[in-house]
Amino acid sequence: MSINRRTFLKGSLATGALGVAAGLGLLKPTQVLAAWPDNAFQAKTVEDALRALTGTTNTEPGAIKIKAPDIAENGAVVPITVSAKLDNVDSISILVAKNPQPLAASFDMKGDLETFVSTRIKMGETSDVIAVIKSGDTLYSSKKTVKVTIGGCGG
Amino acid sequence: MAKNTIKIKAKHKNGVTAVKALIKHPMETGLRKNKKTGKKIPAHFIKEVTCSHNGNVVFVANWGVAVSKNPYLSFKLKDGSPGDTIKIAWVDNKGESDSRETKIK
Repeated sequence: MSINRRTFLKGSLATGALGVAAGLGLLKPTQVLAAWPDNAFQAKTVEDALRALTGTTNTEPGAIKIKAPDIAENGAVVPITVSAKLDNVDSISILVAKNPQPLAASFDMKGDLETFVSTRIKMGETSDVIAVIKSGDTLYSSKKTVKVTIGGCGG
Repeated sequence: MAKNTIKIKAKHKNGVTAVKALIKHPMETGLRKNKKTGKKIPAHFIKEVTCSHNGNVVFVANWGVAVSKNPYLSFKLKDGSPGDTIKIAWVDNKGESDSRETKIK
């Protein structure tokens, strides 16, 4: 009887320790994700997304180069490259005006980087692709229309 | 946990290090429907990609669902030199993650 009780106690202690370990492991991703701008990604319009991301919608036209195809045959994979000759850039964001959630990606530039980023995004239909670069308190933006023949968001 | 999902190339040329990465991930938007059952496929996408150079975070990508399946990412580092460590780590909306290190060539 007493032995059974002891083994039972040992067992519950071990599972307790495991639970703590799992808890610690699970904490990590949430801490990392603290900076993820939830509101900005859920916004339904470009203005709302910008406001949630940066607090303002006032953008200045800037010399930002957006390299994207004029016509994208497949909207599920549209290569986008954003570059600019600007210094002290804090972030580069890519928005697609007509996507259900316009904000596609936002890149924080923390190190000594060139103002350059390249990625591939999905586009539901023909739309403007907007690049917004935050440098200090100023937002620079530029856009380019990409024609999509097959959408990338439908099922 | 996801494993071996990241491929990185970091090349030093003319004083600039170009880092290119490919990540294997479904990037489900949550808007697509399963054609057979008509049910929505739940969203499953990478939220954050953190890139470090010699242990310092230099570049963070915050992604929404509009980033393509098996995402590609590229950026350019001004102060990298051959032999430096580049680490890329991602976390998705389900809490899955993966990371990989490489040396600048």
